[in-house]
Amino acid sequence: MATHVEQLTRSFGPRTVLHGIDLHIPDGQFTALLGHSGSGKSTLLRAIAGLDHEVTGSGSLEAPERVSVVFQDSRLLPWLRVLDNVILGAPGPDALERGRAALAEVGLGGREKAWPSQLSGGEAQRAALARSLVWEPELLLADEPFGALDALTRIKMHALTRELWERHRPSVLLVTHDVDEAIVLADRVLVLDEGRIGLDLTVDIPHPRSYRDPRLGEYRERLLAALGVVEDYAANPQGAAAS
Amino acid sequence: MTDLIAASAAPPISRAEAPVPQGGARRPARRLAPGKRLPASRLIGPALVVALWAIASATGRLDPGFIPAPWTVLRTGVHLWTDGTLRTDVLTSLQRAALGFALGLTGGVVLALLSGLSRTGEALIDGTVQLNRAVPTLGLIPLFILWLGIGETFKVAIIAIVVYIPIYLNLHSALSGIDSRFVELAEVLRLSRLTFIRRIVIPGALPGFFVGLRLGVTGSWLSLVVLEQINATSGLGYLMFQAQNYGQTDVIILGLAIYGVFGLVSDTAVRLIERRVLSWRRTLSN
Repeated sequence: MATHVEQLTRSFGPRTVLHGIDLHIPDGQFTALLGHSGSGKSTLLRAIAGLDHEVTGSGSLEAPERVSVVFQDSRLLPWLRVLDNVILGAPGPDALERGRAALAEVGLGGREKAWPSQLSGGEAQRAALARSLVWEPELLLADEPFGALDALTRIKMHALTRELWERHRPSVLLVTHDVDEAIVLADRVLVLDEGRIGLDLTVDIPHPRSYRDPRLGEYRERLLAALGVVEDYAANPQGAAAS
Repeated sequence: MTDLIAASAAPPISRAEAPVPQGGARRPARRLAPGKRLPASRLIGPALVVALWAIASATGRLDPGFIPAPWTVLRTGVHLWTDGTLRTDVLTSLQRAALGFALGLTGGVVLALLSGLSRTGEALIDGTVQLNRAVPTLGLIPLFILWLGIGETFKVAIIAIVVYIPIYLNLHSALSGIDSRFVELAEVLRLSRLTFIRRIVIPGALPGFFVGLRLGVTGSWLSLVVLEQINATSGLGYLMFQAQNYGQTDVIILGLAIYGVFGLVSDTAVRLIERRVLSWRRTLSN
């Protein structure tokens, strides 16, 4: 089932964060959502995840039955071992098996019995990915899932994420503020600007994509322009310094 | 090949042997954690106190009328124990403390769960407990004697009240202070209310519970001493009270020592349970 959002409005007190968002995410599409902090990215994600109790708003929202969320922090419970974290709340008698399989898939086979405090940041985030996989999600919502990782770990996580997507084909909505991350991972990039979708861009480069691919440049420029970032300092440092 | 082996066999330069950097270079960071724990470290202090006491007694620095020597106290203890009176007194005291503690623990946990997990419970219970806390429990003694008589019931009741308050306060604040990020996670994972409480709220509140538990254990001994010294006809406190009338300082010190051992043993027991239950924690202490 596809995700369908119509005229979605959300406000916190007098401040309207989302202004009548219309968004359709077809089955199995990898979409990235870019925006400045405060542009309403997380609010939109939380609305789709059904996490926005006590937020006033209107509009209609259809989301699949099985939705998983990955947060910026791994959000592992420190008092549960890794495997128990991964299968927390997972339904079915084979949850344990699926948990083991998911951990193996993210490269954490053998760490089932570890405490979360014994994992590195990247490992913890991979465990969080495994936790979302156990649910066999039709829609995966990810709120800056790589934001707290170092650059090297982030690149590895990008490859892993794409690989997992190829295998399971959920729809993905990846919230990020990293333009390159959006272009490398997603097939469609949305730019959210002051609560409205300012740009809806299809990225037409075959996978796997490299950060060094020159074709990235054109997309990067259009996205940065939509985000209001002017790059003329690099092109013309004197002019930028003078202005 | 041999070169390679020779090279790899060369001893690595250890930190101590490394050339000392000259002015301006960064020194290795100072270690701030207190380091490895000494074996049986908690017994070293008390053993030292007893040793000093023994030396002062042996060299005649202490007036045996005020502070008898450790061996005098020990001899009195053995004598009273074989005599049979000490055995019943210790048992009576233990029974009071254990019963009061068990009741206080149960009451504190049940009330904290009711008030920490439901808004109705909180409205009914929390204010009442806070009010109860504001009244000094030992001030309730005269009222409780009138209500319950001077027997065991009133003593157990007072101990239970002293115990339940810290347990309630700490558990309640731990339950209501649960990390909102974990609440969000539970919602995403569609946890049932029961699973949420069992897997997230309760384990998350355990560290707070143990703080309350240790305060409660201490409280039970504290109130026991007071109760037995003013309103008892048996028990350790009564034994000490009698000894005061006959000027038997050795018996008084024996009683104090037994109280001390009880307190130390029960506190250690709680610590051990805590360490086992909260093994996922890594803090300065381990």
